[in-house]
Amino acid sequence: MSAQEYAFVVLAVIGGLSAIAVVTSTNVVHAALYLVVTLLSVGGVYLLLGAEFVAWVQILIYVGAIVILFLFGLMLTKAPIGRDTLDNQQRWLGAIIGVGVFAGLVFLIQDAFPMQDAQAFEPARGTTDVVGEAIFRNYVLPFEAVSFLLLAALIGAIVLARKDDSS
Amino acid sequence: MIRLPLVLMFSALLFSAGVYGVLARRNAIMVLMAIELMLNAVNVNLVAFSALLQQMTGQVFALFVIAVAAAEVGIGLAIVILLFRTRESINVDEVNLLKW
Repeated sequence: MSAQEYAFVVLAVIGGLSAIAVVTSTNVVHAALYLVVTLLSVGGVYLLLGAEFVAWVQILIYVGAIVILFLFGLMLTKAPIGRDTLDNQQRWLGAIIGVGVFAGLVFLIQDAFPMQDAQAFEPARGTTDVVGEAIFRNYVLPFEAVSFLLLAALIGAIVLARKDDSS
Repeated sequence: MIRLPLVLMFSALLFSAGVYGVLARRNAIMVLMAIELMLNAVNVNLVAFSALLQQMTGQVFALFVIAVAAAEVGIGLAIVILLFRTRESINVDEVNLLKW
């Protein structure tokens, strides 16, 4: 195992444990803060894989914007505390399905990419100029579609959430 | 030099935690958080295969997924706030107006 792989395993354990804490925590604000830890460790994994630009976008957009939006949403609504108000009655069925999905995915991964003959791969060169060239040379049309989607979502969110003055 | 199956298993763990969260939570905001976990699992896979194949396509699509996730959270929270304003509750099992 190389040093990068040790760093990855540490990040993956932290991220995985806090991901489980996100979905099992009985306090909504704690869940949002565990989500920050998970997103930061995913950003660290991107850095280890060489995807620099995606890592910084992850930290700026997810940790900087989306989690703040979640915290605003929690402040504007009632945030109950306790397992019975946060979880529904079928959570044991949900746990069985979650563990089943994990077991099935691990089985498929072992089948498709066996651990013993897995080749270690070089980190990608994900600097800003390489990513920018790929976006604006090969993916201009999807980029425009995504920007249009963001505009539509922005207008839709304002229209949905504003107070209706006419009534 | 990270081996690919380890990254894929980390992603599988994030995805199954998200599946459990979507199925077990009542609070709509917690369901949205679990959806974010699943989107992150997909992004980890995209970046890992981008590094394996030494192509940029995976990273570009990871960026697109992040943009779509931001749009989805914006709309989702607007709907949740509207729901709280009209029903005084954001439990997803009490919202059954459109249920057949």
